[in-house]
Amino acid sequence: MDSRQKVLEVSGLRTSFFTDGGVVPAVDGVDFDLYRGEVLGIVGESGCGKSVTSLSVMGLVPNPPGKVTGGEILYGGTDLLKLNERKMRKVRGNEIAMIFQEPMTSLNPLFTIGDQMIEPLRIHRKISKKAARGKAVDMLRLVGLPRAGEIMDEYPHQLSGGMRQRVMIAMALICEPKVLIADEPTTALDVTIQAQILKLMKDLNERLDTAVLLITHDLGVVAETCSRVIVMYAGKVVEEGPVGEIFRNPQHPYTEGLLKSVPDMRFKQERLDPIPGNVPRPGSIKTGCRFAARCPYAFGRCTEEDPDLYDTGDGHRARCFLRERKEAAAYEGALAEG
Amino acid sequence: MKEPLLKVEGLKKHFPVKKGALGRVKGHVKAVDGVSFDVMTGETLGIVGESGCGKSTTGRLLMRLLEPTEGKVIFDGRELTALGGDEMRKMRRDIQMVFQDPYASLNPRHTIGKILEEPLLVHGVKDPKERKRKVREFLEIVGLSGYHATRYPHQFSGGQRQRIGIARALMTNPKLIIADEPVSALDVSIQSQVLNLMQDLQREFGLTYIFISHDLSVVRHISDRVAVMYLGRIVEIAESDRLYGMPLHPYTQALLSAVPVPDPGFVREQIVLEGDIPSPADPPPGCPFHSRCPFRMDVCKSNVPSLAEQETGHSVACHLYTEEARGDDNKTLVTEGSL
Repeated sequence: MDSRQKVLEVSGLRTSFFTDGGVVPAVDGVDFDLYRGEVLGIVGESGCGKSVTSLSVMGLVPNPPGKVTGGEILYGGTDLLKLNERKMRKVRGNEIAMIFQEPMTSLNPLFTIGDQMIEPLRIHRKISKKAARGKAVDMLRLVGLPRAGEIMDEYPHQLSGGMRQRVMIAMALICEPKVLIADEPTTALDVTIQAQILKLMKDLNERLDTAVLLITHDLGVVAETCSRVIVMYAGKVVEEGPVGEIFRNPQHPYTEGLLKSVPDMRFKQERLDPIPGNVPRPGSIKTGCRFAARCPYAFGRCTEEDPDLYDTGDGHRARCFLRERKEAAAYEGALAEG
Repeated sequence: MKEPLLKVEGLKKHFPVKKGALGRVKGHVKAVDGVSFDVMTGETLGIVGESGCGKSTTGRLLMRLLEPTEGKVIFDGRELTALGGDEMRKMRRDIQMVFQDPYASLNPRHTIGKILEEPLLVHGVKDPKERKRKVREFLEIVGLSGYHATRYPHQFSGGQRQRIGIARALMTNPKLIIADEPVSALDVSIQSQVLNLMQDLQREFGLTYIFISHDLSVVRHISDRVAVMYLGRIVEIAESDRLYGMPLHPYTQALLSAVPVPDPGFVREQIVLEGDIPSPADPPPGCPFHSRCPFRMDVCKSNVPSLAEQETGHSVACHLYTEEARGDDNKTLVTEGSL
């Protein structure tokens, strides 16, 4: 895995919101790498910091009240957090592009699709209007839109939700970025349209070798599209690993609880197995494991100390003392054997 | 056979589309276009479908929050669609609704106590002590505490607010609860808490549910029977094990195959439908699904298939299963499960 090229290296990322009610640490020390051509999922519930993480990478955290207060985001050796706005603008949309949940709010209703498609090309590439238009039409075809030529002259309201999301993807990919960040790209869409868009994103990921950071709350979407996944809870990464591993052999009690609590359409379950309690507000838990209050395995140490991300093998890591103990036990066992 | 608690016959809701300065009616959005089904006492009927299929409108028509254009709703032997305002208000004691957005459906200026007391006031519980006692009782039943009565909606999380919404629906001791996307706005870990609560309440109070949702996994979990809607019509209805195990309608098959399953090792053939859902203002002629159907035949473009029973309790509206079409068409019927 490490032999592959890292396109994005995030370490120790902290993003806080400075509000009248105090400082809210939405992202509280997040580390992850994104490899070339992979689809990495970030999954978590509301307030876990998954969206703020992606906005931090894009340099789009609303300031004030938000501010990245620490860490590093390395893209091709440069720390994006150290770039000024002018330089960041060259990265955004060109090297790293983003699509959002609700395509209607991210498309300008007053401009035609064509105008909006051409804009990033004209900004980032020295290219004639005609050539830009040709490329935009090609891109619309690539994302599977029929009548690409006509759509260029239409306005966003004339398109359906699924078509708009295709336009957003086409627009995001038009400058051939190395990284595509997709924040809940199918959450506002119907199931049958969601299937189309996910399939499109996977196809494009394979064909264009763009690394995708897919942010979602839907474990089903993760299982079907991602190769690796990061589970976030209360501003921290609690588990990270290959998708197959995480789903079959979750190492963090939160991941385990999440997987057990979702109904599976393939079987009739008598009763669901929910995680007790509520999703904590960001910043409400200050010491110890953020999940301790809802964890069925919690013991004394969990509320006093912050667990680290422990390596459990094969690129799988979990932020849980249980994993440390296992390691310790194995270590002692090995010692005893000689 | 038992009499159904609720009987719906040929229910229709057509919204006029007005255009121009004079506001002339230029056509109709056929939000619900001839829906019939029964709901038995104590069961849960799930209604699934994508946006614009008419599932929510159907829910509102049953409570007469919207007036139907055509059709009958018979509840507990009485025809709701023929009742006057006062009588209907009394009937609403027996039919209650739980909404998707617990933020929007609880008045932010009222305490939880006041919100929960209101249905009792409306339905004539005069003794304030009795009302307060009932409020406390129901807060505890839904997993909150009596002291929560003095708090305001914004002081609760989404899951707790939905519990309050459920408590409010229960205050009048209803027979039928229509729940419209009750867990869709909730986080995954909270969803299952609310679903379990609804199942417990059903057992405890002998409730009958109509559970409207776009989430096929949730619907399978909670429902005894499931109706699938597309563009204002029911295209298939069956017991949930049967519907999910052996879907007959090509739309149901595609819908089920499109649901992401939380298991990376799960392999299946996905039917990715072409195109978008047509606008209900301008539905295609014939079978409403024919424009996206992988099995469409000539007859589908002109004739609307009616919902016909294939096996006991399993009905489907599709020409693939009608006599004439079977006779002259050798298309293989896809009847094995899509899962």
